[in-house]
Amino acid sequence: MPRFRIPGPLRRLSNGEITVEVGGADLGSAIVALDERYPGFRDRLLDDKGDLRQFVNVYLNDEDVRLGSGLSEKVKEGDEISIVPAVAGG
Amino acid sequence: MPKLLGLRCRECGAEYPLQATHVCEMCFGPLDAVYDYASLKKVVTRERIESGPKSIWRYRDLLPVEESTPVVTLGEGFTPLVKADRLGHQLGLRNLYLKNDSMNPTNSFKDRVVSVAISWARSQGFETMACASTGNLANAVAAYSARAGLECFVFIPVDLEPQKVVSIGVFDPNLVAVRGTYDDVNRLCSQLVESTPWAFCNINIRPFYAEGSKTLTFETAEQLGWKLPDEIIIPVASGCQFVRHRQAVRELIDFGLVRGDSVPALTGAQALGCSPVYNAFKSDEPEKVMPVKPNTIARSIAIGNPSDGIYVNRIALETGGVVEAVTEEEIVDAMRLLARTEGIFTETAGGVTIGVLTKLARAGRWRGDETVVAYVTGHGLKTADVLASANGHGRRVEIDPTLKSFREKVNL
Repeated sequence: MPRFRIPGPLRRLSNGEITVEVGGADLGSAIVALDERYPGFRDRLLDDKGDLRQFVNVYLNDEDVRLGSGLSEKVKEGDEISIVPAVAGG
Repeated sequence: MPKLLGLRCRECGAEYPLQATHVCEMCFGPLDAVYDYASLKKVVTRERIESGPKSIWRYRDLLPVEESTPVVTLGEGFTPLVKADRLGHQLGLRNLYLKNDSMNPTNSFKDRVVSVAISWARSQGFETMACASTGNLANAVAAYSARAGLECFVFIPVDLEPQKVVSIGVFDPNLVAVRGTYDDVNRLCSQLVESTPWAFCNINIRPFYAEGSKTLTFETAEQLGWKLPDEIIIPVASGCQFVRHRQAVRELIDFGLVRGDSVPALTGAQALGCSPVYNAFKSDEPEKVMPVKPNTIARSIAIGNPSDGIYVNRIALETGGVVEAVTEEEIVDAMRLLARTEGIFTETAGGVTIGVLTKLARAGRWRGDETVVAYVTGHGLKTADVLASANGHGRRVEIDPTLKSFREKVNL
């Protein structure tokens, strides 16, 4: 199962867990699975249209998913999905 | 009375106490410093500013450092605002000015933001400064940390220009070269910030750091005789700086420091080799900024995933500015043009700014009598390699030490 890495500001949703393993064949379904386990993640990560929120960066094994296929990016056993606040740098 | 009230989310308005944090827990939006404007309006005057030091600290009332806090300074800011008649003549602009921020202590605009960031961090008891950097920020953080006697960790992309690495290393920071792009460095630092007790200038203490940018526009207005120009050309990397210039204009007008209340057009400049903000500006959805993989000689502004990109486009549209981009060749041409006409040697990022200025002028953007200011944010020696081509030495000839040889080789 792929593993989410939860950033500090969202750990209250995951009861303090830093990493959470969930099912799902692609990033979108993994987020749904994460939200089923710990409700609230979907709203924090996705906007009304179901797209990734502007201020959320998601990295699949350290690659920005927006540079790839976004939410339809395939995920598999052992993958690490990092959620990182986008407001940084410059 | 403290003048800082707290931090507020730019997106949802959630409020936070003054602390080292940069992201809203509710919506992940950016946090901005909130001042007690009502009290400040009673004390801030042109005279009070003019009697202050010839540095950014003359605007201390509008910076996030309390009156009693000792500041870490190397004399940053109050850099020359040069009327550029020869460049202006070439571009058909009679009132063109260059804000030459390469004249700062570490030769880039970053000294402004770092002086503010370190002063704040030291007052809060931080013992180690850090940053994710494309070079100029690391240079400033290393120098100001040395000045303050604080520990320092700077993170840079592994393939940074050698000149920049040398001018960072001399201050003896812990220099971490990351195998990746700036965006990789930034992501790593965004994760590291949760497990270190460090003040990352452009991450956890970003709301304070960013405020230092305002001084560039404060100075421009003061040096124009307390007037705002018609348009300002600003290089865009993350967009953090660009956003603060809009805030600086707002404060100058609200505090009655400038004559009139017309807001300058704020125009952004990017390199086509890394132009995520420009791409969105030109599209149907200017607030949907998609990341890119940077590939440009303008390394100091090569941020493929710009945090404040949507705000840049929003502000450009609101103020009547544009976001434009130039090719690598146009960047180098602009560096040469600026040097040849005005005697100012800027780095590639300055080439982007002057390149965009040139492109817009030649496309007929201005009538000619507008007051236009371009922010030249870094020194040319930082990126001298890009000029080291066949004709990089200009009109060079080599001769024997004889009159004969001189007369043969030099066309008078």
